[in-house]
Amino acid sequence: MQDILNQYQTVTEANVKEWFHVGEVSDFPENSGACIKYKTKQIAVYNFARLSKWYACQNLCPHKMEMVLAFGMIGDKEGIPKVACPMHKKNFSLEDGSNLGGDDLKIAVYPVKIENGNVYIGFSD
Amino acid sequence: MQKIIVIGNGMVGYKFCEKFVSKPNSDQFQVIVFGEEPRPAYDRVHLSEYFENQDAEALEMAPRSWYEEYNIELITGVRITDIHRSTKTITSSTDESYTYDYLVLATGSSPFVPNIKGVEKEGVFVYRTIEDLEGMLSYAAELKLKNPNAKAAVLGGGLLGLEAGKAVMDMGLEPHIVEFAPKLMPRQLDARSSQVLQLKLESIGLNIHLSKATNQILGNGSIAALEFGEDDVLDVEMLIISAGIRPRDELGKTCDLEMGTRGGIVVNNKMQTTDPSIYAIGEVALYNQMIYGLVAPGYDMAEVAANQILGKEDFLMPSDIDMSTKLKLIGVDVASFGEPFMPASKGHSVIFEDKTKHLYKRINVSHDGKSLLGGILVGDASDYNMLHQIYLNGMAIPENPSELILPASEGGKSFGSVMDLPDTAQVCSCESVSKGAICCSITENGSNNLGDVIKATKATTGCGGCKPMVVDLVNETLKSLGREVKETICEHFSFNRKELYDLVKINRVPNYQEALNLFGEGHGCEVCKPVLASIFATITMETANKQYEIQDTNDRFLANIQRNGTYSVVPRIAGGEITPDKLIVLGEVAKKYDLYTKITGGQRIDLFGAQLHELPLIWKELIDAGFESGHAYGKSLRTVKSCVGSTWCRYGMHESVTFAIEIENRYKGLRSPHKLKGGVSGCIRECAEARGKDFGLIAVDGGWNLYICGNGGATPKHAILFAEHLDDETAIKYLDRFLMYYIRTAGPLVRTAPWLEKLDGGIEYLKKVVIQDSLGIAEELDKEMQSLVNKYECEWKEAIEDPNMAKRFKHFVNTDDTDDNLVFVPMREMKMPKAW
Repeated sequence: MQDILNQYQTVTEANVKEWFHVGEVSDFPENSGACIKYKTKQIAVYNFARLSKWYACQNLCPHKMEMVLAFGMIGDKEGIPKVACPMHKKNFSLEDGSNLGGDDLKIAVYPVKIENGNVYIGFSD
Repeated sequence: MQKIIVIGNGMVGYKFCEKFVSKPNSDQFQVIVFGEEPRPAYDRVHLSEYFENQDAEALEMAPRSWYEEYNIELITGVRITDIHRSTKTITSSTDESYTYDYLVLATGSSPFVPNIKGVEKEGVFVYRTIEDLEGMLSYAAELKLKNPNAKAAVLGGGLLGLEAGKAVMDMGLEPHIVEFAPKLMPRQLDARSSQVLQLKLESIGLNIHLSKATNQILGNGSIAALEFGEDDVLDVEMLIISAGIRPRDELGKTCDLEMGTRGGIVVNNKMQTTDPSIYAIGEVALYNQMIYGLVAPGYDMAEVAANQILGKEDFLMPSDIDMSTKLKLIGVDVASFGEPFMPASKGHSVIFEDKTKHLYKRINVSHDGKSLLGGILVGDASDYNMLHQIYLNGMAIPENPSELILPASEGGKSFGSVMDLPDTAQVCSCESVSKGAICCSITENGSNNLGDVIKATKATTGCGGCKPMVVDLVNETLKSLGREVKETICEHFSFNRKELYDLVKINRVPNYQEALNLFGEGHGCEVCKPVLASIFATITMETANKQYEIQDTNDRFLANIQRNGTYSVVPRIAGGEITPDKLIVLGEVAKKYDLYTKITGGQRIDLFGAQLHELPLIWKELIDAGFESGHAYGKSLRTVKSCVGSTWCRYGMHESVTFAIEIENRYKGLRSPHKLKGGVSGCIRECAEARGKDFGLIAVDGGWNLYICGNGGATPKHAILFAEHLDDETAIKYLDRFLMYYIRTAGPLVRTAPWLEKLDGGIEYLKKVVIQDSLGIAEELDKEMQSLVNKYECEWKEAIEDPNMAKRFKHFVNTDDTDDNLVFVPMREMKMPKAW
């Protein structure tokens, strides 16, 4: 189980080695999430239309190790964009992956780039 | 920098850290904490909750990151083996040494295991740590595989023993409590209250054996029975020992601190041991010749020790320690305060007992009738906080003390408002928060609501028992300032559900985003989205397909998300009636997709373990065979359960199945603040358990009796008789109005029973609204319900027929691969998700 979790490490735009094409903008529902696959990784991608922003993070909820975060509801907590895990409603910041409920479970986040209607996620491996 | 080492990371050890770092000058000290258990400190008081959700984290006092934030070094999984007082060093089980300036022993206690022959057998457990619980859970699971009717006993009928009894029930084993004394909870209850408690516990399935001394534990390798006397044997396959505690004082012994004759490290009122640089707090400390096994005195000791180390030497432990307790045991209120058992030489007792309702209340009053000395409450402890305050603050009591405990209808309850308490009254004893501090937090320090007050004062964050009182204080204080007390949905909408319902309806708001723009702020969350989704559904009957992005995951995929992220499928089987052909289809579909199959409590069939992409395929086959969505995933009408009725049953008075099908089909797809369940029984034998439902109909001579607002679940409630001898048409008319009124006015996730409890005027008021149309809205309610009924469509049919909607049932956007993370293991010729 730990192996599955360890493959998710936050990537910043500065250390992106590959911008991986995951589909067109219209493939992703507005103000909601969807899941994509990259090598062995599952990544949740959110089209946060209300903010005109896109976010990506690991699909794996570190709490009970379920591949479910893409299907969680998004929104904000005191202004911080977040996703709520559908299983037990743990809240994670979409900006930096931190747990907004205060405990130390964190998730990895990934940069998203939109170009000519295409969606790309940045990976460092 | 001086160094403090805390040995023990339990509730009291943690509390010491919390109190210490919150004080000025604490940054002059380095704090290191050792915990023997692998986890950071957790809330042992609420340990039995672990059986309900198995969420260890939810019990944590604070996450590891908290310790880091305050520069506290937390070392878990390590035991301290020796203290060398001459060199002020300690050694750990990993053979490392640490020096200290101050040492705080918070090692707590361990369960006392009596020396009974056979106690080493497999299947014998103690009840103290999460590891103990995990051991029990896996042992119980194995037992149940071999014998679904396995029994388990708890040795000890005290407070913890009864908690353990609940744990046994939650594990699905037949629970037995074995107590040496002739009464339950011997430290808190007198004989009569113990009898009342016993009756109540037996009525919910606990078997209680009093005055039993266990001679030996029988069994070959693993436990098979308890032997009390020669012919007195109780067959059990598991035993949980909860026979009291022993202080973990071995460190004190080996370094020659003064010890009590029966254990415990002796401390003075500074919480200092005989070595002035070593402190002891919590259950390891012997203070006043007593070990205090409650959390509140432990926290007080932590406060004293923290102050002493920081040089505030006049901060001392009081000599009188309040041992009052209130708790909910298996749903039963039990409380005792002050002197619960008082000899007649000191005062008089006033006792109210009603065994039919499992109620017992006793108060002890001084001879002059002026002050309250203590008391016991069983069955209903809602007056505990007020009585406890009267006792603690020596407040005046009514001339007729029985008014303090008599039911309100008999002229009782005359202790006035919470605002009458003196400012010094300690409302939260775990965190030592006074009434003054709570009110001040609002009047002077800018708290605006309950959340702010809790944040600022920490009140209610210990055992939570004072919450009702804190809520009242906050509301009353806000009111006294002329501020409105408001229940709001979340930070994004400052309205309650009813207000939002009206706003959406009157303004014809088309969707969630528009509602947020018009009446909310920010970007929404997982609380307000489903609330609005439910409101839209009950105003326009829109299905969950239309705004799927605001639905909870269950509604988004029209299926119940299960433990490993797979889904379950429940087609509607109205009234529980199904043809052989349809039954065969369910079997064939389950076989084809390898689904785990189970009959539900609502007389339907649940198919588990479907992957997201399989859902439309499965539903295509089911819909082709004539099935519809069962809405098992929604806060909506689930089932109307029926007994077989007069069509077959020789006792049946009416056709209960026919009527159940008619009602279920009428309300199918109806979304509501919480799930709705119904039942129809063909006679008063009540085989459909209709009184355990939100609405129930029971056939009697001359029509149907309608019952409403019952439920099973965590807080079972019998439905209440609403109207008698109704014909079919009138029964449906009343149901339409009742349901519509509930849907319009209830808060989010409030079922009918708690809704009725909060409804001003209660059932009589509701009768006036529904039957006599006192509000003049009956016609409107009728019309609204009929229009919802007319607009019903099967949302699964809608979802698979529209390719755009079907798009969402795919795990990945960028590939047709499926989730390869899923692992199943076999179980009784089917499969189940692999355990976490």
